[in-house]
Amino acid sequence: MNTNFEPKIVGILCNWCSYTGADLAGISRIKYPANIKIVRVMCTGRVDPTFVLKAFQQGADGVLVSGCHPGDCHYVDGNVKAMRRAPLVTELLKQMGIEEERFKLVWVSASEGEKFAKIVEDMVSDLKKLGPLVPVGGAVKHA
Amino acid sequence: MPKINLAVYWTAACGGCDVAILDTQEKILQVGELANIVLWPLATDGKYADLDKFKSGDIDVCLFHGSIRLSEQEAMARLLREKSKVLIAFGACAAFGGIPGLANFHRREEIFHRAYHETPSTSNPNGIIPETQVRVPEGTLTLPEFYDQVYSLDQIVPVDYYLPGCPPPVHLIEAAIDAIATGELPPKGSVIAGDKSLCHECPREKQEKKVQGFKRPHEVMVDPNRCLLEQGIICNGPSTRSGCGARCTTVNMPCRGCFGPAPEVLDPGAKLVSSTASIMDANDEASVAEMIGTVVDPAGLFYRFGLPSSMLQKKRQGGKVS
Repeated sequence: MNTNFEPKIVGILCNWCSYTGADLAGISRIKYPANIKIVRVMCTGRVDPTFVLKAFQQGADGVLVSGCHPGDCHYVDGNVKAMRRAPLVTELLKQMGIEEERFKLVWVSASEGEKFAKIVEDMVSDLKKLGPLVPVGGAVKHA
Repeated sequence: MPKINLAVYWTAACGGCDVAILDTQEKILQVGELANIVLWPLATDGKYADLDKFKSGDIDVCLFHGSIRLSEQEAMARLLREKSKVLIAFGACAAFGGIPGLANFHRREEIFHRAYHETPSTSNPNGIIPETQVRVPEGTLTLPEFYDQVYSLDQIVPVDYYLPGCPPPVHLIEAAIDAIATGELPPKGSVIAGDKSLCHECPREKQEKKVQGFKRPHEVMVDPNRCLLEQGIICNGPSTRSGCGARCTTVNMPCRGCFGPAPEVLDPGAKLVSSTASIMDANDEASVAEMIGTVVDPAGLFYRFGLPSSMLQKKRQGGKVS
Protein backbone atom coordinates (compact mmCIF):
# COMPACT_ATOMS: atom_id res chain seq x y z
CA MET A 1 0.00 0.00 0.00
CA ASN A 2 1.12 3.52 -0.73
CA THR A 3 2.39 4.80 2.63
CA ASN A 4 2.40 8.42 1.43
CA PHE A 5 -1.32 8.40 0.85
CA GLU A 6 -2.99 11.50 2.29
CA PRO A 7 -6.78 11.09 2.28
CA LYS A 8 -8.94 13.98 1.13
CA ILE A 9 -11.84 14.57 3.51
CA VAL A 10 -14.71 16.95 2.83
CA GLY A 11 -16.04 18.31 6.13
CA ILE A 12 -19.54 19.75 6.12
CA LEU A 13 -20.03 21.59 9.42
CA CYS A 14 -22.96 23.49 10.86
CA ASN A 15 -22.48 27.18 11.49
CA TRP A 16 -23.63 27.24 15.11
CA CYS A 17 -21.79 24.40 16.84
CA SER A 18 -19.31 22.40 14.78
CA TYR A 19 -17.82 25.19 12.68
CA THR A 20 -17.26 27.13 15.89
CA GLY A 21 -15.86 23.96 17.48
CA ALA A 22 -13.40 23.57 14.60
CA ASP A 23 -12.54 27.24 14.98
CA LEU A 24 -11.90 26.67 18.69
CA ALA A 25 -9.53 23.82 17.80
CA GLY A 26 -7.69 26.34 15.65
CA ILE A 27 -7.50 29.23 18.11
CA SER A 28 -6.52 26.79 20.87
CA ARG A 29 -3.64 25.73 18.58
CA ILE A 30 -4.62 22.06 18.78
CA LYS A 31 -2.78 20.14 16.09
CA TYR A 32 -4.80 17.90 13.80
CA PRO A 33 -4.23 16.61 10.26
CA ALA A 34 -4.74 19.11 7.44
CA ASN A 35 -6.57 16.51 5.33
CA ILE A 36 -10.00 18.00 5.95
CA LYS A 37 -11.43 20.74 3.76
CA ILE A 38 -14.28 22.40 5.58
CA VAL A 39 -17.52 23.67 4.06
CA ARG A 40 -19.77 25.68 6.36
CA VAL A 41 -23.54 25.25 6.16
CA MET A 42 -26.16 26.81 8.39
CA CYS A 43 -27.38 23.45 9.72
CA THR A 44 -26.80 19.74 9.14
CA GLY A 45 -30.50 19.65 8.24
CA ARG A 46 -29.41 21.53 5.10
CA VAL A 47 -27.04 18.73 4.04
CA ASP A 48 -28.66 17.12 1.04
CA PRO A 49 -27.30 13.57 0.52
CA THR A 50 -26.52 14.81 -3.02
CA PHE A 51 -23.64 16.80 -1.46
CA VAL A 52 -22.17 13.63 0.01
CA LEU A 53 -22.47 11.66 -3.23
CA LYS A 54 -21.05 14.56 -5.20
CA ALA A 55 -18.02 14.75 -2.91
CA PHE A 56 -17.32 11.05 -3.49
CA GLN A 57 -17.97 11.39 -7.22
CA GLN A 58 -15.43 14.19 -7.43
CA GLY A 59 -12.66 12.37 -5.61
CA ALA A 60 -13.13 12.69 -1.84
CA ASP A 61 -11.84 9.72 0.16
CA GLY A 62 -14.15 10.54 3.06
CA VAL A 63 -17.00 12.86 4.04
CA LEU A 64 -17.51 14.12 7.59
CA VAL A 65 -20.78 15.83 8.50
CA SER A 66 -20.88 17.44 11.91
CA GLY A 67 -23.62 19.29 13.75
CA CYS A 68 -24.91 20.32 17.18
CA HIS A 69 -25.70 17.63 19.72
CA PRO A 70 -29.31 16.42 19.50
CA GLY A 71 -31.42 18.85 21.51
CA ASP A 72 -29.00 21.74 20.94
CA CYS A 73 -29.88 22.55 17.32
CA HIS A 74 -30.15 26.26 16.63
CA TYR A 75 -33.19 25.44 14.50
CA VAL A 76 -34.65 23.03 17.09
CA ASP A 77 -34.48 19.78 15.09
CA GLY A 78 -32.40 20.27 11.93
CA ASN A 79 -29.82 17.82 13.24
CA VAL A 80 -32.55 15.23 13.85
CA LYS A 81 -33.28 15.40 10.12
CA ALA A 82 -29.61 14.72 9.42
CA MET A 83 -29.69 11.88 11.97
CA ARG A 84 -32.57 10.22 10.07
CA ARG A 85 -30.80 10.48 6.73
CA ALA A 86 -27.29 9.43 7.71
CA PRO A 87 -27.80 5.67 8.24
CA LEU A 88 -29.67 5.42 4.94
CA VAL A 89 -26.82 7.27 3.20
CA THR A 90 -24.39 4.78 4.79
CA GLU A 91 -26.46 1.83 3.54
CA LEU A 92 -26.65 3.28 0.03
CA LEU A 93 -22.90 3.95 -0.03
CA LYS A 94 -22.12 0.44 1.18
CA GLN A 95 -24.12 -1.00 -1.69
CA MET A 96 -22.12 1.23 -4.03
CA GLY A 97 -18.90 -0.25 -2.66
CA ILE A 98 -18.02 2.73 -0.43
CA GLU A 99 -17.07 1.54 3.06
CA GLU A 100 -18.98 2.88 6.06
CA GLU A 101 -15.81 4.41 7.56
CA ARG A 102 -15.76 6.87 4.68
CA PHE A 103 -18.95 8.66 5.71
CA LYS A 104 -19.53 9.91 9.22
CA LEU A 105 -22.12 12.02 11.00
CA VAL A 106 -20.89 13.32 14.36
CA TRP A 107 -21.95 15.84 16.98
CA VAL A 108 -19.47 18.53 18.03
CA SER A 109 -20.47 21.52 20.13
CA ALA A 110 -18.84 24.95 20.01
CA SER A 111 -16.80 24.10 23.12
CA GLU A 112 -15.49 20.75 21.84
CA GLY A 113 -12.41 21.82 19.88
CA GLU A 114 -10.41 18.92 21.23
CA LYS A 115 -13.12 16.43 20.34
CA PHE A 116 -13.21 17.78 16.78
CA ALA A 117 -9.44 17.43 16.41
CA LYS A 118 -9.64 13.84 17.70
CA ILE A 119 -12.47 12.94 15.29
CA VAL A 120 -10.48 14.24 12.31
CA GLU A 121 -7.34 12.47 13.50
CA ASP A 122 -9.19 9.14 13.88
CA MET A 123 -10.90 9.48 10.53
CA VAL A 124 -7.62 10.22 8.75
CA SER A 125 -6.02 7.17 10.33
CA ASP A 126 -9.02 4.97 9.37
CA LEU A 127 -8.90 6.24 5.80
CA LYS A 128 -5.16 5.68 5.56
CA LYS A 129 -5.81 2.04 6.45
CA LEU A 130 -8.53 1.80 3.79
CA GLY A 131 -6.51 3.53 1.11
CA PRO A 132 -7.75 5.84 -1.61
CA LEU A 133 -11.23 5.45 -3.02
CA VAL A 134 -10.91 4.11 -6.54
CA PRO A 135 -12.26 6.75 -8.91
CA VAL A 136 -15.49 5.84 -10.64
CA GLY A 137 -13.58 5.20 -13.88
CA GLY A 138 -15.06 5.22 -17.35
CA ALA A 139 -17.50 7.83 -16.03
CA VAL A 140 -18.41 8.74 -19.55
CA LYS A 141 -17.00 6.25 -21.99
CA HIS A 142 -16.82 8.56 -24.97
CA ALA A 143 -18.99 11.63 -24.93
CA MET B 1 -44.78 15.84 -48.07
CA PRO B 2 -42.03 13.30 -48.79
CA LYS B 3 -41.80 10.35 -46.46
CA ILE B 4 -39.15 10.48 -43.77
CA ASN B 5 -36.70 7.66 -43.11
CA LEU B 6 -37.31 6.06 -39.73
CA ALA B 7 -35.04 3.58 -37.96
CA VAL B 8 -35.96 1.65 -34.82
CA TYR B 9 -33.15 -0.25 -33.13
CA TRP B 10 -32.60 -2.10 -29.86
CA THR B 11 -29.54 -3.01 -27.85
CA ALA B 12 -29.59 -4.19 -24.21
CA ALA B 13 -33.37 -4.12 -23.72
CA CYS B 14 -36.27 -6.51 -23.35
CA GLY B 15 -38.20 -5.57 -26.48
CA GLY B 16 -41.05 -3.99 -24.53
CA CYS B 17 -40.33 -0.67 -26.23
CA ASP B 18 -40.96 -2.23 -29.64
CA VAL B 19 -44.25 -3.59 -28.33
CA ALA B 20 -45.10 -0.12 -26.99
CA ILE B 21 -44.71 1.28 -30.50
CA LEU B 22 -47.13 -1.37 -31.78
CA ASP B 23 -49.47 -0.50 -28.89
CA THR B 24 -50.22 2.79 -30.63
CA GLN B 25 -52.67 0.61 -32.62
CA GLU B 26 -54.19 2.54 -35.53
CA LYS B 27 -51.65 5.31 -35.02
CA ILE B 28 -49.05 2.87 -36.34
CA LEU B 29 -50.72 3.31 -39.76
CA GLN B 30 -49.87 6.97 -39.58
CA VAL B 31 -46.26 5.95 -39.00
CA GLY B 32 -46.46 3.91 -42.19
CA GLU B 33 -47.84 6.89 -44.10
CA LEU B 34 -45.30 9.22 -42.59
CA ALA B 35 -42.18 7.17 -42.83
CA ASN B 36 -40.18 4.57 -44.69
CA ILE B 37 -39.09 2.14 -42.05
CA VAL B 38 -35.48 1.58 -43.01
CA LEU B 39 -34.49 -0.54 -40.00
CA TRP B 40 -36.56 -2.25 -37.34
CA PRO B 41 -35.14 -5.65 -36.37
CA LEU B 42 -38.27 -6.69 -34.49
CA ALA B 43 -40.70 -6.01 -37.34
CA THR B 44 -38.75 -6.03 -40.59
CA ASP B 45 -35.81 -7.83 -42.11
CA GLY B 46 -32.69 -5.72 -42.08
CA LYS B 47 -28.96 -6.32 -42.12
CA TYR B 48 -25.95 -4.26 -41.15
CA ALA B 49 -25.13 -3.97 -44.85
CA ASP B 50 -28.45 -2.20 -45.55
CA LEU B 51 -27.50 0.45 -43.07
CA ASP B 52 -24.09 0.99 -44.67
CA LYS B 53 -25.86 2.10 -47.87
CA PHE B 54 -27.17 5.21 -46.14
CA LYS B 55 -25.11 8.35 -46.21
CA SER B 56 -24.50 10.31 -43.06
CA GLY B 57 -27.73 12.07 -42.03
CA ASP B 58 -29.90 10.05 -44.44
CA ILE B 59 -32.04 8.66 -41.64
CA ASP B 60 -34.36 11.39 -40.36
CA VAL B 61 -35.33 9.88 -37.01
CA CYS B 62 -33.91 6.96 -35.07
CA LEU B 63 -35.76 5.54 -32.08
CA PHE B 64 -33.06 3.79 -30.08
CA HIS B 65 -33.93 1.52 -27.17
CA GLY B 66 -31.60 -0.30 -24.87
CA SER B 67 -28.47 0.42 -22.88
CA ILE B 68 -24.94 -0.31 -24.04
CA ARG B 69 -22.98 -3.27 -22.69
CA LEU B 70 -21.30 -4.84 -25.74
CA SER B 71 -18.83 -3.49 -28.28
CA GLU B 72 -21.30 -4.39 -31.04
CA GLN B 73 -23.97 -2.26 -29.34
CA GLU B 74 -21.56 0.64 -29.08
CA ALA B 75 -20.67 0.31 -32.77
CA MET B 76 -24.37 0.32 -33.73
CA ALA B 77 -25.01 3.36 -31.52
CA ARG B 78 -22.18 5.22 -33.25
CA LEU B 79 -23.29 4.12 -36.71
CA LEU B 80 -26.92 5.13 -36.12
CA ARG B 81 -25.80 8.44 -34.60
CA GLU B 82 -23.81 9.17 -37.73
CA LYS B 83 -26.61 8.21 -40.12
CA SER B 84 -29.44 9.92 -38.20
CA LYS B 85 -30.48 13.55 -38.09
CA VAL B 86 -32.44 13.02 -34.88
CA LEU B 87 -31.52 10.33 -32.36
CA ILE B 88 -34.12 9.66 -29.67
CA ALA B 89 -33.23 7.69 -26.53
CA PHE B 90 -36.44 5.70 -26.37
CA GLY B 91 -37.31 4.10 -23.04
CA ALA B 92 -35.57 3.98 -19.68
CA CYS B 93 -32.69 1.72 -20.79
CA ALA B 94 -31.43 4.05 -23.50
CA ALA B 95 -32.20 7.15 -21.48
CA PHE B 96 -30.78 6.16 -18.05
CA GLY B 97 -29.43 2.61 -18.25
CA GLY B 98 -32.67 0.94 -17.20
CA ILE B 99 -33.05 -2.50 -15.66
CA PRO B 100 -29.94 -3.91 -17.44
CA GLY B 101 -28.04 -1.11 -15.69
CA LEU B 102 -28.58 -2.84 -12.33
CA ALA B 103 -25.73 -5.12 -13.44
CA ASN B 104 -23.45 -2.23 -12.44
CA PHE B 105 -23.73 -3.57 -8.88
CA HIS B 106 -21.39 -6.35 -10.04
CA ARG B 107 -18.13 -6.56 -11.93
CA ARG B 108 -17.84 -8.34 -15.23
CA GLU B 109 -15.90 -11.22 -13.62
CA GLU B 110 -18.65 -11.71 -11.02
CA ILE B 111 -21.32 -11.78 -13.72
CA PHE B 112 -19.37 -14.31 -15.80
CA HIS B 113 -18.70 -16.45 -12.77
CA ARG B 114 -22.37 -16.49 -11.86
CA ALA B 115 -23.63 -17.04 -15.40
CA TYR B 116 -21.11 -19.62 -16.60
CA HIS B 117 -20.22 -21.49 -13.39
CA GLU B 118 -22.69 -21.00 -10.56
CA THR B 119 -26.25 -21.05 -11.82
CA PRO B 120 -27.99 -24.39 -11.15
CA SER B 121 -28.91 -24.75 -14.82
CA THR B 122 -25.30 -24.42 -15.98
CA SER B 123 -23.32 -27.48 -16.97
CA ASN B 124 -19.86 -26.30 -17.92
CA PRO B 125 -17.35 -29.00 -16.91
CA ASN B 126 -14.52 -27.45 -18.92
CA GLY B 127 -15.09 -24.03 -17.36
CA ILE B 128 -15.45 -22.28 -20.72
CA ILE B 129 -16.29 -18.60 -20.70
CA PRO B 130 -16.90 -16.51 -23.81
CA GLU B 131 -13.85 -14.91 -25.40
CA THR B 132 -13.83 -12.20 -28.04
CA GLN B 133 -11.76 -14.48 -30.30
CA VAL B 134 -11.59 -18.25 -30.57
CA ARG B 135 -9.39 -20.15 -33.00
CA VAL B 136 -11.03 -23.23 -34.50
CA PRO B 137 -9.68 -25.39 -37.34
CA GLU B 138 -11.80 -23.47 -39.83
CA GLY B 139 -10.49 -20.08 -38.76
CA THR B 140 -11.13 -17.47 -36.06
CA LEU B 141 -14.55 -16.93 -34.53
CA THR B 142 -15.33 -13.62 -32.87
CA LEU B 143 -17.83 -12.33 -30.34
CA PRO B 144 -18.46 -8.74 -29.23
CA GLU B 145 -16.58 -7.59 -26.13
CA PHE B 146 -18.57 -7.54 -22.87
CA TYR B 147 -17.73 -4.23 -21.17
CA ASP B 148 -17.08 -3.89 -17.46
CA GLN B 149 -20.14 -1.70 -17.00
CA VAL B 150 -23.45 -0.76 -18.58
CA TYR B 151 -23.79 2.68 -20.18
CA SER B 152 -26.80 4.79 -21.05
CA LEU B 153 -26.95 5.86 -24.71
CA ASP B 154 -25.91 9.46 -24.00
CA GLN B 155 -22.73 8.23 -22.30
CA ILE B 156 -21.69 6.83 -25.69
CA VAL B 157 -23.04 9.29 -28.28
CA PRO B 158 -24.89 12.64 -28.11
CA VAL B 159 -28.66 12.20 -27.90
CA ASP B 160 -31.21 14.71 -29.25
CA TYR B 161 -34.34 13.76 -27.28
CA TYR B 162 -35.33 11.48 -24.46
CA LEU B 163 -38.61 9.59 -24.37
CA PRO B 164 -38.54 7.92 -20.94
CA GLY B 165 -40.62 5.14 -19.45
CA CYS B 166 -40.53 1.38 -19.14
CA PRO B 167 -41.92 1.29 -21.73
CA PRO B 168 -42.82 4.84 -22.85
CA PRO B 169 -46.61 5.24 -22.63
CA VAL B 170 -48.65 5.36 -25.81
CA HIS B 171 -49.80 8.98 -25.36
CA LEU B 172 -46.19 10.20 -25.31
CA ILE B 173 -45.21 8.06 -28.30
CA GLU B 174 -48.19 9.58 -30.16
CA ALA B 175 -47.10 13.05 -29.10
CA ALA B 176 -43.63 12.32 -30.46
CA ILE B 177 -45.05 10.99 -33.76
CA ASP B 178 -47.20 14.11 -34.09
CA ALA B 179 -44.22 16.34 -33.37
CA ILE B 180 -42.18 14.56 -36.04
CA ALA B 181 -45.08 14.70 -38.53
CA THR B 182 -45.63 18.43 -38.08
CA GLY B 183 -41.95 19.23 -37.70
CA GLU B 184 -42.69 21.02 -34.43
CA LEU B 185 -39.90 19.49 -32.38
CA PRO B 186 -38.99 20.83 -28.94
CA PRO B 187 -35.49 22.21 -28.25
CA LYS B 188 -32.69 19.63 -28.47
CA GLY B 189 -32.00 17.78 -25.25
CA SER B 190 -35.66 17.90 -24.18
CA VAL B 191 -37.24 15.07 -22.29
CA ILE B 192 -40.60 14.32 -23.91
CA ALA B 193 -42.57 13.99 -20.64
CA GLY B 194 -43.74 16.19 -17.76
CA ASP B 195 -41.60 18.79 -16.02
CA LYS B 196 -42.65 18.23 -12.41
CA SER B 197 -42.40 15.30 -10.04
CA LEU B 198 -44.80 12.38 -10.22
CA CYS B 199 -46.53 13.49 -6.98
CA HIS B 200 -47.99 16.45 -8.91
CA GLU B 201 -50.04 14.18 -11.13
CA CYS B 202 -50.63 11.32 -8.69
CA PRO B 203 -54.33 11.47 -7.66
CA ARG B 204 -53.79 10.00 -4.18
CA GLU B 205 -54.73 12.10 -1.20
CA LYS B 206 -51.70 13.56 0.58
CA GLN B 207 -51.86 14.43 4.26
CA GLU B 208 -49.39 14.41 7.13
CA LYS B 209 -46.53 11.99 6.51
CA LYS B 210 -45.21 10.17 9.56
CA VAL B 211 -44.52 6.47 9.48
CA GLN B 212 -43.38 3.92 12.06
CA GLY B 213 -41.62 1.64 9.58
CA PHE B 214 -41.51 0.62 5.95
CA LYS B 215 -43.32 -2.21 4.26
CA ARG B 216 -43.09 -3.74 0.81
CA PRO B 217 -46.24 -3.58 -1.36
CA HIS B 218 -47.06 -7.29 -0.96
CA GLU B 219 -46.99 -7.06 2.84
CA VAL B 220 -49.97 -4.72 3.25
CA MET B 221 -53.50 -4.19 2.04
CA VAL B 222 -53.09 -0.88 0.26
CA ASP B 223 -55.58 1.92 0.88
CA PRO B 224 -56.46 2.94 -2.71
CA ASN B 225 -56.93 6.62 -1.93
CA ARG B 226 -54.14 7.63 0.39
CA CYS B 227 -50.53 8.51 -0.50
CA LEU B 228 -48.45 5.33 -0.52
CA LEU B 229 -45.64 6.93 1.48
CA GLU B 230 -48.12 7.70 4.26
CA GLN B 231 -48.89 3.97 4.33
CA GLY B 232 -45.20 3.16 4.82
CA ILE B 233 -44.66 1.98 1.25
CA ILE B 234 -41.57 3.51 -0.28
CA CYS B 235 -42.55 5.26 -3.49
CA ASN B 236 -40.04 6.87 -5.87
CA GLY B 237 -42.63 9.46 -6.93
CA PRO B 238 -41.08 12.47 -5.16
CA SER B 239 -37.90 12.37 -7.26
CA THR B 240 -39.33 10.96 -10.49
CA ARG B 241 -40.38 12.93 -13.55
CA SER B 242 -44.09 13.19 -14.24
CA GLY B 243 -45.78 12.49 -17.55
CA CYS B 244 -46.72 8.82 -17.26
CA GLY B 245 -50.20 9.59 -15.91
CA ALA B 246 -49.38 7.88 -12.59
CA ARG B 247 -50.08 4.53 -14.20
CA CYS B 248 -48.55 2.55 -11.32
CA THR B 249 -49.75 4.50 -8.29
CA THR B 250 -53.35 4.51 -9.58
CA VAL B 251 -53.30 0.69 -9.42
CA ASN B 252 -51.81 0.52 -5.90
CA MET B 253 -48.22 -0.02 -6.99
CA PRO B 254 -45.54 2.42 -5.86
CA CYS B 255 -43.55 4.38 -8.44
CA ARG B 256 -40.16 2.85 -9.25
CA GLY B 257 -38.82 5.74 -11.26
CA CYS B 258 -38.87 4.59 -14.91
CA PHE B 259 -39.33 8.20 -16.04
CA GLY B 260 -35.95 9.08 -14.60
CA PRO B 261 -35.08 11.93 -12.28
CA ALA B 262 -37.37 14.96 -12.15
CA PRO B 263 -35.85 18.21 -13.47
CA GLU B 264 -33.22 19.64 -11.09
CA VAL B 265 -32.66 16.24 -9.46
CA LEU B 266 -28.97 15.39 -9.88
CA ASP B 267 -29.12 12.00 -8.24
CA PRO B 268 -32.42 10.21 -7.59
CA GLY B 269 -30.87 8.00 -4.88
CA ALA B 270 -29.77 11.00 -2.82
CA LYS B 271 -33.18 12.64 -3.14
CA LEU B 272 -35.00 9.45 -2.21
CA VAL B 273 -32.80 9.01 0.85
CA SER B 274 -34.01 12.46 1.89
CA SER B 275 -37.66 11.91 1.15
CA THR B 276 -37.70 8.49 2.79
CA ALA B 277 -35.85 9.68 5.89
CA SER B 278 -38.01 12.79 6.24
CA ILE B 279 -41.22 10.82 6.85
CA MET B 280 -39.80 8.58 9.59
CA ASP B 281 -41.33 9.14 12.98
CA ALA B 282 -38.05 8.59 14.82
CA ASN B 283 -36.19 11.04 16.99
CA ASP B 284 -33.25 9.10 18.39
CA GLU B 285 -30.48 7.05 16.87
CA ALA B 286 -31.79 3.67 18.04
CA SER B 287 -35.27 4.08 16.57
CA VAL B 288 -33.82 5.54 13.37
CA ALA B 289 -31.56 2.50 12.99
CA GLU B 290 -34.49 0.16 13.60
CA MET B 291 -36.60 1.89 10.97
CA ILE B 292 -33.80 2.03 8.38
CA GLY B 293 -33.51 -1.75 8.86
CA THR B 294 -36.94 -2.11 7.26
CA VAL B 295 -35.73 -0.48 4.01
CA VAL B 296 -34.81 -3.47 1.86
CA ASP B 297 -32.06 -2.95 -0.73
CA PRO B 298 -32.11 0.88 -0.79
CA ALA B 299 -29.67 1.33 -3.71
CA GLY B 300 -31.47 -1.23 -5.86
CA LEU B 301 -34.78 0.43 -5.03
CA PHE B 302 -33.75 4.05 -5.55
CA TYR B 303 -31.67 3.42 -8.69
CA ARG B 304 -34.02 0.81 -10.16
CA PHE B 305 -34.00 2.36 -13.65
CA GLY B 306 -30.99 4.62 -13.57
CA LEU B 307 -27.89 3.21 -11.92
CA PRO B 308 -25.52 3.89 -14.89
CA SER B 309 -26.60 7.54 -15.10
CA SER B 310 -26.48 8.13 -11.32
CA MET B 311 -23.64 10.09 -9.72
CA LEU B 312 -21.68 7.02 -8.65
CA GLN B 313 -22.67 4.97 -11.75
CA LYS B 314 -21.52 1.59 -10.47
CA LYS B 315 -20.23 -0.23 -7.45
CA ARG B 316 -16.64 0.68 -6.59
CA GLN B 317 -14.49 -2.34 -7.09
CA GLY B 318 -13.41 -3.34 -3.64
CA GLY B 319 -13.11 0.29 -2.67
CA LYS B 320 -9.44 -0.41 -1.92
CA VAL B 321 -6.21 0.54 -3.60
CA SER B 322 -6.27 -0.82 -7.12
